[in-house]
Amino acid sequence: MYQVPSWRYWLVGIVLAVGLLLALPNLFGDEPAIEVARDDRAAMDTGGQQRILGILDAAKVAHNTAYLEEDRLVVRFSAVDSQIKARDAIADAAPGEYIVALTSASRSPNWLRALGLKPMSLGLDLRGGVHFMYEVDVGAALDQALQRLAQDIRARLREERIPYQSVAVRDQTVLVVLRAEADVSAARKIIQSDDPGLTLTEEQSDGATEFVVAFTPERIKQRQDLAIEQNVTTLRNRVNELGVSEPIVARQGLDRIVVQLPGVQDPNQAIRVLGATATVEFRLVDEANNPYEAESTKRVPIGSKLYTTREGQPVLLKRDLIASGDQLTDATSGYAEGTPAVHVTLDARAGASMLKATQENLGRRMAVVYIERKRLEEGEVCNGIRSGQSCTEEEAISVATIQGVFSSRFQITGLMATEAQELALLLRAGSLATPIDLVEQRTVGPSLGQDNIEAGQMALAIGAVLTFIFLALYYRVFGVVANVVLICNVILLVAVMSLLQASLSLPGIAGIVLTIGMAADANVLIYERIREELRNGNSPQAAIHAGFDKAFSAIADSNITTLIAGAVLFVFGTGPIKGFAVTLVLGIFTSLFSAILCSRVFIDLIWGRRKRLTTLPV
Amino acid sequence: MEFFKRTPTIDFLGKRRYTYVISAALMVGSILLVALRGLNLGIDFTGGVVVEVSYPEVADHDRAREALQAAGYPEAQVQAIGSSRDLMVRVMAPEGQNVNEIGTRVQEALRGLDPDVQVRRTDVVGPQVGKDLTEQGGLALLFTFIGILMYVGFRFEKKMAAGTVLAATHDPIVILGFFAATQLTFDLSVLAAVLAVIGYSINDTVVVFDRVREVFLGTRKGSPFQMLNLAVNETLSRTLMTSFSVLFVVVSLYLFGGEALQGFSIAIIVGVLIGTYSSIFVAASLAYDMKLKPQDLMDIKKSDPELDALP
Repeated sequence: MYQVPSWRYWLVGIVLAVGLLLALPNLFGDEPAIEVARDDRAAMDTGGQQRILGILDAAKVAHNTAYLEEDRLVVRFSAVDSQIKARDAIADAAPGEYIVALTSASRSPNWLRALGLKPMSLGLDLRGGVHFMYEVDVGAALDQALQRLAQDIRARLREERIPYQSVAVRDQTVLVVLRAEADVSAARKIIQSDDPGLTLTEEQSDGATEFVVAFTPERIKQRQDLAIEQNVTTLRNRVNELGVSEPIVARQGLDRIVVQLPGVQDPNQAIRVLGATATVEFRLVDEANNPYEAESTKRVPIGSKLYTTREGQPVLLKRDLIASGDQLTDATSGYAEGTPAVHVTLDARAGASMLKATQENLGRRMAVVYIERKRLEEGEVCNGIRSGQSCTEEEAISVATIQGVFSSRFQITGLMATEAQELALLLRAGSLATPIDLVEQRTVGPSLGQDNIEAGQMALAIGAVLTFIFLALYYRVFGVVANVVLICNVILLVAVMSLLQASLSLPGIAGIVLTIGMAADANVLIYERIREELRNGNSPQAAIHAGFDKAFSAIADSNITTLIAGAVLFVFGTGPIKGFAVTLVLGIFTSLFSAILCSRVFIDLIWGRRKRLTTLPV
Repeated sequence: MEFFKRTPTIDFLGKRRYTYVISAALMVGSILLVALRGLNLGIDFTGGVVVEVSYPEVADHDRAREALQAAGYPEAQVQAIGSSRDLMVRVMAPEGQNVNEIGTRVQEALRGLDPDVQVRRTDVVGPQVGKDLTEQGGLALLFTFIGILMYVGFRFEKKMAAGTVLAATHDPIVILGFFAATQLTFDLSVLAAVLAVIGYSINDTVVVFDRVREVFLGTRKGSPFQMLNLAVNETLSRTLMTSFSVLFVVVSLYLFGGEALQGFSIAIIVGVLIGTYSSIFVAASLAYDMKLKPQDLMDIKKSDPELDALP
């Protein structure tokens, strides 16, 4: 009469079977591997695979399985040594064609991979790598938008023939000063109807000829979001250029971006490339004025700007831009006439503008301006800005006479080899919409990651064994059932983590270990109840039934309260805390399932069919 | 094996004068310790730099300190971790300084002692990030309490909710006191442990209250005093059993889980001990002194028929 309905047997059986399958890939461990992607972003195909394997065979690099995964080719190796040899061999045999990332791949057999089953992904603290957190200067994004707004208003007022005294950015707003009071309402109407996303307020004084234009809060938020999204995209492009496997670039909170690069050991190169704001501008030289005079008198002619060349010479360049770095469609580094160069390709508009400029100015000079925004080191001062802040450096890197007409394809020279490489990379990946600052940086060496995994596994094993022994001693056969249930719980938890590809960090392992303790609790509640019922003189079958029944509300309530704590941790936590929260919350669900359903089915399986049960080994 | 052959009949509520004094002393002591001595906050909260290195031979702490002093960081803390070849350096970031710069300089100074040093870990946290984390941590604590207060109030009763939260505030305060007394580093993972302990301790208390509800609404006769005592006694074996099994795993985490998890596991060990004490001695006593009566629970007997109907 207390038989468990057969659907529960089926449910438990199916869930455990699926769980076992999902958890299976975690058993095989990792081996060194390379991920090969095509430099032009096209998908790798079997032709590419054959070519790469041909290169490896030619270089006599022994490799294990190779397979295509998500547009990339993965080749596995038995030793780190051959992994590095393989990377170098590919770089030598097909320079610039492929991006090769060093990584590790699961040793799980092909049929598991074909099913799309993967092991849990390991967090940075377990596999080693670097973690950066950038703060986006959202104020600068707003400032840019305001400058553009002021420019638009000026243009509109001119168009409508409304005379104005000034249109300028002031305190995160644009202050418009007209010449006549009579024009104010007309001007306001035009500006408002052009863009309803603006708020206009009048200055309070009588006869005022001025009013203030501001963005609505939603518009400001939108602007800032856009700036952050653009930066995320740019950072993602740059990370891809670095050739890192499984990188993470994600927005975090209001104005932060997190970048995680597993396997990267030297954070400095990554920092340089990710945070760099280098770009170039092409300008004509102002041949009509004397730059030395402008430098000594500090009086720069209208329409020109004074720059310094690498050699320290002053040079006057025209303010009108021919083209700039964000109008490039491609950039590669190489050599031109024996010196390092960046070969660039401009887009159609910039190409046309370049064609016009070179046609009209044959025999005159043109300059390439290299612009870099960098954080000042201690003691450095630039343009009156002190250390700790950032400053924009502009430098004319090459000033050359225009020898012939050209449009969209040409070279930039005047850089050192590494600068040329990084500039090419930055130009390809796009520039950052707004400056970013590095506010957090964590590096975990691979040996520490390995130590962490080993320590975590050790703690997990010892803690589990102790709990198992204790439960078996205390509840005898029921304790053994509880242990089987706990093992099921760990399998299910690992299965869910693998399925969701939630990354496992060291605090995550702590979460799993803690889950074992907590999952034991649900079993303890049930068995204590069964003992009580037996003491009260109930028959074994009735005691089992009542034990599960009455323990349920305590199990539910206690798990929901823990769930609340876990959910709060998940919402407020970042990084390691979030990892802990994920395992804690998932662990609550798996332990509820295993303690209530699995353990009931197991007990029913052992004792449920016995009609004449007089004692229970609990 | 059983802790108790029969349901024990210990008069927990009768001893509540003593336990109140003990709890009050623990709480006041902890608050004083935190206020006077302060927590040894990790760089997660203060901003700063941690560099962990491994030398090919025995690490010389004095020379490391000298090198750091020469590099301009006389306040740098040098600690031994793991084996004798490893050491950890911690530098707080004074406001306005470039933390990335400090990270590089500290690494250079340590490399100066021996070029073959292996950098195992560097953490560089800007002061603003630390400030935000402190804020988030405080908010997380607050929301955990509010959420649980609401849940227990809804599932049980107001007085029980208040008793639960009072018993549960007691536990994190004592953990903070413990960290102030020992001056162990209080970092992000310890904060997570504190929150987990709140969940655990409330879990414990809720199981006792679940039994209180059952006893109050059941057929057994007696005064609230007797019935509350009975509920604590009936759940005693479960409370101890669960605490033991959690202690087994966290002690094993503490002993074998490596440096990075030690703060976390010691916080949970302290929390489980104090949480067990508070759910046995404090929660039911508080409910009694708030004059919890069976009638309080009558109205919400069938608060959630759906949940009760589940297997």
